Amino acid sequence: MKKEENEKLTAAELPIGDIVEAGTAVEFNTGNWRSERPVWNKEKCIHCLTCWISCPDASIKIAPDEKRITVVTGINYYHCKGCGICAKECPPKIKAITMEQERK
Amino acid sequence: MIKTVCSKGKLVAKTGNEVMAEAMRQIEPDVVAAYPITPATEIVQIFSQFVADGVVKSEYVAVESEHSAMSATIAASAAGARAMTGTSSQGLCLMWEMLYIASGLRLPIVMAEVNRAISAPINIHGDHSDTMGARDAGWIQIYSENSQEAYDNMIQAVKIAEKAKLPTLVTTDGFIISHCMEVVETYPDADVKAFIGKYEPERYLLDVKKPYTLGSIDLQDYYFEHRYQLAQAVRDAKDIVLDVSEDFKKTFGRKYDLCEKYMLDDAEIAVVVIGSTAGTVKAVVKELRERGIKAGFLKIRVYRPFPAEQIAKDLEHVKAVAVMDRADSCSGAFAPVYSDVVASLYAAGVTKPKVVNYVCGLGGREINTGHIAVVYETLGKIASGIEKPSNKVEYINVRIR
Repeated sequence: MKKEENEKLTAAELPIGDIVEAGTAVEFNTGNWRSERPVWNKEKCIHCLTCWISCPDASIKIAPDEKRITVVTGINYYHCKGCGICAKECPPKIKAITMEQERK
Repeated sequence: MIKTVCSKGKLVAKTGNEVMAEAMRQIEPDVVAAYPITPATEIVQIFSQFVADGVVKSEYVAVESEHSAMSATIAASAAGARAMTGTSSQGLCLMWEMLYIASGLRLPIVMAEVNRAISAPINIHGDHSDTMGARDAGWIQIYSENSQEAYDNMIQAVKIAEKAKLPTLVTTDGFIISHCMEVVETYPDADVKAFIGKYEPERYLLDVKKPYTLGSIDLQDYYFEHRYQLAQAVRDAKDIVLDVSEDFKKTFGRKYDLCEKYMLDDAEIAVVVIGSTAGTVKAVVKELRERGIKAGFLKIRVYRPFPAEQIAKDLEHVKAVAVMDRADSCSGAFAPVYSDVVASLYAAGVTKPKVVNYVCGLGGREINTGHIAVVYETLGKIASGIEKPSNKVEYINVRIR
């Protein structure tokens, strides 16, 4: 089911028998389910990766820095459902992630 | 009387169950998962003996219920195996939710089914209540008049199921066919194996190079399209059944159609039945013809997909038709085969035949030539205008009051 929301597949185009090709979750915009968004503060972050390991939707973006150490680089809002686990798990003395209302 | 039609065929004396097991031995599916139930027990019991004796290489899964039997068969089929099972009555009822999953996932499972009444009251004898309860499940349903047809239908079912990507069940009438010994012509193993060929599914779950998700949630946006695919596949299966029977005729010599006409072309009165009653009706028709009565008969072999257009064409010239259902359906109106036949006639603009509905033979109650002769007698009166056709279900051989 690779087409966009407004151009869904017809019965003739669909694979038969409820087959869904592997890896399609990547294309599914679960970000629009969010009522609260995690906001990441780059200055406060100590890159402990607790948020990354806790995120149920693999929505904490990471990358190696210039010293080839893995660091947090941001949040994938296309997939983040706004559950708030990352903000809750961020060490209390750091508080690098805070939850904000999507619509104020 | 069975005649040899295949030059290398062998005439053997076998019961319906034995010959269905024999077909399964020749088909040699990868997996059979089944649970015993009267009167279908012998089919899987004999097959399990083949497995135990090393006669076949199939994997036999002895499960703890029919729900599990169908679940395991579905899993095996989804994994890429040629998978079969066998059951009857309460067993088919217990499979109910899994039957729909087998068809929804488009898995070409083949089931040997022996028609038996449904509890309560408990009864082990033949009627069609069990498979009529599964008629909306998206399965192809092929009914057998005798053991020969059961054997031939099983072999064809494998090919039909795999071409249509639909689960297919082949039935016999409990005890009447399942336990009665008849002469059956069986074909050489190699010919049967060559006819069904190797099973090569396009997609299967154990294909690690092309992984996919099977049976995911499907809401308002896609469920309807998937169900349309299924409904269309059942409609398209008519041609597949005919193609396979054409191949079957070329290979083994026996000709099968969706329906079988018997002295119907010039008939003024006709009966429609499915299953073993067909043999009894033929005997009555033959006798009536000898007396100069223009009686005919139509047997529905493939009930799902329902051969609506063909039935309308076959019956359009008949003055009075009786559809004898071997299941009641307790609809408050009419029995299932009658409803399908009448809808087919009406949709095709065929309004000439007066069509009446009889329910008969529940729980193995006898349907003999006498009962059928009375039906033809009534049809004769309806055809000549002496009697008005009944507008409700009539019953044969039941003590009402």
